[in-house]
Amino acid sequence: MDTIINAFFNIDIMRQAAPLLLKGAWVTLQLCAVVIVLGISGGLTLGLLASSKNAAVRLPAFLFIDFFRAIPPLILLILIYAGLPFIGIRVPPFVAVCIAFLLNNSAYFAEIFRSGIKSVSRGQTEAARASGLSPAQTQAFVILPQAVRNVLPDLLSNVVEIVKLTSIASVVSLTELLYSANMARAVTYNSSPLVMAALMYLVVLWPLVRVISRFQRGLSISS
Amino acid sequence: MDFGNVFLNPDIIATYMPQMIRAVWVTIWISVLVVISGLALGAFLAGLRAYQKRWLAWPIVLFADLMRALPPLVLMLILFFGLPSLGVILSDWFVLYLVLTLVLAAFVEEIFWATLTSLPRGQWEAGAATGLSFNQVLVNVIFPQAVRTNIPQLVNRSLTISKMTAYGSVIGVKEIVSVAGSAQAFSGSATPLTMAAIAYLIIFFPAMLLSRYVENRFQYDH
Amino acid sequence: MSAPQPLPTLEITALEKRFGDTQVLRSIDLKVANGELVFVIGPSGSGKSTMLRCCNRLEEPTSGAIHVNGKPMLGITRRDLDRMRLQVGMVFQGFFLYPHLSVLKNVTLAQRKALKRPAAEADARALEMLDKVGLKHKASAMPGELSGGQQQRVAIARALALDPKVMLFDEPTSALDPELVGSVLKVMRDLREGGMTMIVVSHEMQFAREAADRVVFMDGGVIVEQGTPSEIFGNPRSERLRAFLSRVSGEAA
Repeated sequence: MDTIINAFFNIDIMRQAAPLLLKGAWVTLQLCAVVIVLGISGGLTLGLLASSKNAAVRLPAFLFIDFFRAIPPLILLILIYAGLPFIGIRVPPFVAVCIAFLLNNSAYFAEIFRSGIKSVSRGQTEAARASGLSPAQTQAFVILPQAVRNVLPDLLSNVVEIVKLTSIASVVSLTELLYSANMARAVTYNSSPLVMAALMYLVVLWPLVRVISRFQRGLSISS
Repeated sequence: MDFGNVFLNPDIIATYMPQMIRAVWVTIWISVLVVISGLALGAFLAGLRAYQKRWLAWPIVLFADLMRALPPLVLMLILFFGLPSLGVILSDWFVLYLVLTLVLAAFVEEIFWATLTSLPRGQWEAGAATGLSFNQVLVNVIFPQAVRTNIPQLVNRSLTISKMTAYGSVIGVKEIVSVAGSAQAFSGSATPLTMAAIAYLIIFFPAMLLSRYVENRFQYDH
Repeated sequence: MSAPQPLPTLEITALEKRFGDTQVLRSIDLKVANGELVFVIGPSGSGKSTMLRCCNRLEEPTSGAIHVNGKPMLGITRRDLDRMRLQVGMVFQGFFLYPHLSVLKNVTLAQRKALKRPAAEADARALEMLDKVGLKHKASAMPGELSGGQQQRVAIARALALDPKVMLFDEPTSALDPELVGSVLKVMRDLREGGMTMIVVSHEMQFAREAADRVVFMDGGVIVEQGTPSEIFGNPRSERLRAFLSRVSGEAA
C-alpha cells in the first residue's frame, strides 16, 4: 500500500510539480478554447456543404470528412509539425496543433452537424420556404436550431473527446498539461505528476461525462 | 524545392516499405484484438450492471466514467512508467492493448446500458413469462436487440479507438507512427510520414465507407 | 358427485398487493377449474391486470398464495419460478414479440432454452401452433411485417407452444384496430373449445357473453361479484356492477 502511495500519490512530489502542471493546464485550456471554436466553425461549414442538394458541393465535402476521419490526428499533427519544415514552412507547435485539430475536428463536427440537419424533417424546410423565408434564413432560423438541439449530446461528447485529444500536443513538445506532467515525471523519477494531471483532467471532464450519460439515457427513452 | 521528392521520394519509399508493411500489421492486429476484447468486455459489464446490484453497478459506473473522462495517453503513460516501480513490468504493446481495450469497453458498456434500460419492459416480461431465466432473456432477447440498434455507434467507436493505436509510438510500440517517425529521423526526409498517412488511409478509409453504409442500413430499423 | 373435488388449475388465495401506500388488491380469492374460461371485467384501475400479472409473478404479490395445479408459485426459488412460469402462458396487450427474431424463432426460443426441446421438435411444435392461429405461412416473416392482429396471434402461439396449463390474457385486443379484433377472438374461442383453461381480462363484453363460463367483476381491488355471464349481465346484483355495465354499454352505443 505504501509503495502504491509513494509511486502514484506522492504528495511531496505533487506539491513540487504543481506550479509546472498549473502552467501546463493553462496552456491546455487556451488550446481547448481555440481548437473547439475552430472545430465548430469548420464543422458547421462542412456540415452544411455535406447536406447540400448539389452533388458537386456535397461529394467533395464528404471526401474531406472521410479523409480526415480516417487519418489519426497524431500522424496528421506530426506530418504538419515535422513535415512542413521540409518545404520551408516552419510553424510553432501551438499553430501546428491548431491546424491539425482544425482539419480533424472539423471533419468530426461536420459529421455531427450533418446528421443533425438530416434529423430535421423535410416538412420543416417546406413550411419555412412556404412562409416566405429564403433558403439561408430557413437554415439559420428553422433547421439549424432544431438540428443542434437534436445532436447536443453528440456535440458535447465530441468536445470531451477534443479536450482529451489535446494531450497529443505533448508529442510535438507543446508544454501543455500532459507534456508538463511527463517532464515532471522524468525529473522526479516518480509517476505522481502523471496521476496529478489525470486528476486535473477528471475535475473538468468527469462532470461532462456524467451529463452525457444522462443525456444518452434520456434520449433513448424518449425515442 | 520539389514537393513530390520531399513527401513521396521513390527511393525512400522503396527503402522503408518492408518496415512499413510490418508496422501496418502491428497496427492491424492490435486494433483487431482491442475491438474484439473491448466489445466483449463492454457487453459483459453492461450485462453485469443489468443485475441491478448496487455493489456491482457502482464499480462499473466508476470504471466507465474514468475511462471516458481520462485521455488514453495519460493512462498509457501512468501504466507504462508507473507500474515498474511496483515491480510490474508490462511490455509496450500490452500497455497499448490494455488501455485501448479498457477505454473501448467503457464506451461500449455505456452504449449498451442506455439501450438495455430503454427497451420496452414488455420485452423482459415476455421472456420471463415464457419461463426464460434472467440470463436467458438477457442473452437471447435483450442483447441481440441492443447490438442491432447500436451497430453504427459501435462501429464508429471501434474505429475511433483503433486509430488510437498511433499512441503506441509514445511508448515505443513498433506501429505505423513510430516506424515512420524513426524513418523520418534517419532518412532526413518527410516521405516516411506521408507513407504513414497513406497507410492509415488504406486501412481506415474503407472502414469509414463501411460505417457510412452500416449507418444507412440500420438507421430505420427498430 | 361423490368423487373428491378436483384440484383447481389455478387457485388464488387471500392475494394482497400494495404499491407503497396504495392497496391495489385486497383479499382476492379465485379458483379456476380445469377447462374453465374466467372472464374478468372492471373499470380501469380496478386491479384486474395486476391480479393477472401476480399469477405468474410479473408483479410480486405482497401476501397471499397462488397455486397452479396444486403447486405453489410463491416462496419458491428463482429456478423453480422459471419452471412454473412455463405452465402459465401469458398474452400481453402490447404483444411484445421479439423484433429481432423471425415469427418461427419467436415461437421456438423458450421451447429451446427453457424447455430444452431439440430444434426439430421445437420447430414442428411451433409450426403446429402457428397453424392453429392461422399463421403458418408467416413462419419466416419478421414481426415488423405483420399486422397487430397477426402479431397477437403469434404471441398466443408462442405461449401455447410451451404446453401451459393455464393461459392468461391481459387485454389482448385493446391495442388492436377494430377490424383486427375478430381474428384474435376467433383464436381464443378455438382454444376454449379445445379445453384450455383461460383467464381473460378484457373489455370485449360480447365475447364474454358468448364464451365465458364465469364472469368476475372487480372494482377497487376486490372481487365485487361473480357468476355466469347471464347472471352478471342479465341480473347484476351490486350497484357498482350496474353502474359499470351501463357505462360500458353507453360507450359501446
